[in-house]
Amino acid sequence: MRRQLPILVVFISGIFMAIQYFVPSEPAEFVQEYAMDWVIVIGVFAMGLGLWSLTKVNWIKVQRQTPGWGYNLVTILGMVFMLVVGLIWDPGLGFFPGEKSQVSGTWFMNFFWYIYLPIQTVMFSLLAFYIASAAYRAFRARTILASILLVTAIVIMLRLIPLGAVSGINQWLANWILIVPNMAAKRAIWMGVGLGMVAMALKIVLGIERSYMGRD
Amino acid sequence: MGFYEKLMSLDRRWVYLCVAIAVVLPFLLEEFGVPIFIPPYITPEVKSVYNFVEKLREDDVLFLAIDYDPMAKAELHPVARAVLKQCFKKNVKVIISALSQNGPGMAEQLISQTAKEYNKVDGVDYVYLGYKPFPALVIMGMSQNFKLFFPKDYYGTPLDSLPMMAKVRNIKDTKGVIDVAAGSVADMWINEGAGRYNYPLALAVTGVMAADYYPFLNSGQLFGLVSGMKGAAEYEYLMEKGGYMKKEEFDASRGMPIQMFAHIVVILFIIIGNVGYFMSRRKKS
Amino acid sequence: MSLVDFMWMSIGALLTLFTFSYLYKDNPFYKFAEHLVVGVSAGYFAVLLYYSSFMPKVIDTVFRPIEWKYFILAFKQIKPEYLLAALKGSQWWYLVPGILGVMMWTRFSRKLSWISRFSLAFYMGIGIGASIPLTLQNYVLKHLTSTIQPVNFTSLTGIWRLLIVILVFCTLVYFFFSREHKGAFGASAKVGIWVLMIAFGAGFGLTVMGRVALLAERVIFLRDYWVELKYFLYMLFKYGMLL
Repeated sequence: MRRQLPILVVFISGIFMAIQYFVPSEPAEFVQEYAMDWVIVIGVFAMGLGLWSLTKVNWIKVQRQTPGWGYNLVTILGMVFMLVVGLIWDPGLGFFPGEKSQVSGTWFMNFFWYIYLPIQTVMFSLLAFYIASAAYRAFRARTILASILLVTAIVIMLRLIPLGAVSGINQWLANWILIVPNMAAKRAIWMGVGLGMVAMALKIVLGIERSYMGRD
Repeated sequence: MGFYEKLMSLDRRWVYLCVAIAVVLPFLLEEFGVPIFIPPYITPEVKSVYNFVEKLREDDVLFLAIDYDPMAKAELHPVARAVLKQCFKKNVKVIISALSQNGPGMAEQLISQTAKEYNKVDGVDYVYLGYKPFPALVIMGMSQNFKLFFPKDYYGTPLDSLPMMAKVRNIKDTKGVIDVAAGSVADMWINEGAGRYNYPLALAVTGVMAADYYPFLNSGQLFGLVSGMKGAAEYEYLMEKGGYMKKEEFDASRGMPIQMFAHIVVILFIIIGNVGYFMSRRKKS
Repeated sequence: MSLVDFMWMSIGALLTLFTFSYLYKDNPFYKFAEHLVVGVSAGYFAVLLYYSSFMPKVIDTVFRPIEWKYFILAFKQIKPEYLLAALKGSQWWYLVPGILGVMMWTRFSRKLSWISRFSLAFYMGIGIGASIPLTLQNYVLKHLTSTIQPVNFTSLTGIWRLLIVILVFCTLVYFFFSREHKGAFGASAKVGIWVLMIAFGAGFGLTVMGRVALLAERVIFLRDYWVELKYFLYMLFKYGMLL
């Protein structure tokens, strides 16, 4: 029953949502609206799992004083500080600031803009360096296929470089590459992805795929 | 070790240094009085987004979905800002949501700054709904009834009390959706949004994602596609031509000289890498 | 720019440089920034979720409308009519998904993790069920119909449409591994892989632009900070000289 009942729940809810698309009646829409709303409430509680997990993992390392535990303490302090200024006390707004803590200029949002945003954007911008390094070390025209890839990449990259008289031809060619061969390949990929997603979804709804339930 | 072997085993930090110099070069040139402006080649897919907003009339309602994290700010913020400016200048009303988990604060700052520029009032000229988890369900919900998932706006004001929301019940009551997205939320707008409820949809996505959405443009599921920083620069250029922006206000276009030099460096390194590879192979054989 | 804003901007610039230092090699400054961002983003998301979902969906719908004096009386005097009066304005049925959500937390316990399957089942069923017809329509059928378009040789568009049909077919053939890629089938698969290489090349070119854009934004921020810093130092020097 510990496995059969959840499979029955998936089946009933999945089939209802699939059929509701074809039968847009008011009662069905009413149930659908509540179902979606309930999923969001479940999800809100579920996301607490992630926070708990993060705190637990870092706190254990701090308690045991494993090498680098200071950094784990920084993680916990960062999280606690955000929770405090967002929910409990903002130096500018006082205690329990409510939704006002999310407006520009508060400590909560300043932490977001001047601590979270710079670090996160720089971490992603490092990829620009890595891509140049990877292009230098690994991008070799060893085979015809690799050469096709290389030439296409260079044509697309040349779009951003003014080349005088050749610019117009290059822009046209780059645009043609995007709207004809690239579009054709991506379309085939999307169709394959779509069929795969539908197959997987049907397997889950029909109870054939049960890996999401974990082990007993 | 021969010259080509040395070339092939170059420390990656020299490559990083060259990229760093390429990125800083436009600013140095500007300091020395040589500013670089690259007029963009306007693509039809960007022009169709601009024309769509251009055709909207006063008091029409547009839905702008700001679905990107701060990581994609460089590429997508300029587009979101440009669309907002165009709407506010034309007195088109805008409903905005931010379904990316780290984006609501960034979206709020953009909206409040742009609204201040044009003296637009929250609740009358625009409504910022904010964030809710599970974008797929939220998109379906908003397409049926905004109040289902957003009984209040981002600032805690009940939607019922906002004058603008009196005539707008769901997304189908708006003229269309422009989704500025950096992740799978774009797919959800195509699938659960416009795909199910048949309203006009355009996407502004990052360069990495852009190539994937041309099939949707071709099939008519999207009426426009703005790709990355280049697309944003094209939109800004069209905004300047339309009298909505001045060159000094350009955001994405400021980044295009950096793009140009960085691309030159990457192309040069690819060529050098290949030359080194073939020459060292020839030497061995 | 005010002094307070300049201080915040300085913190942002410092953390930017800490993170860029990773390009040279891993170091304590980078590690500090990396761990700080994890904590701050978790805290940010928790607060966002609280105000955007927990408060409106649980507190405002269930608990805030409860008339607590009647609620307490209902338990003191054991009168159901007081309970009904207390819950009159409350959408108490939202406690059901709340309980389902709390059931999710049992996932951490080896003995009780089976309880979380019910919430997960409901959650998955609703999400996946809705996507079945939509995915088929939007990712498969609409693409099929838009591929099979009228072809003519009088215009470039007509010729490209024929090319698109051929290229989509060849790419789909490439992904069909149940049959050996030989003869005409193999030739189509070969055309398919060439088309895929063109698509990946285009993707790489656009990816470079995307990555450089991220770098460009940070460089512009540092440049703007440099301008503010020069002004700040100039003002400091000016007032220092005056003193």
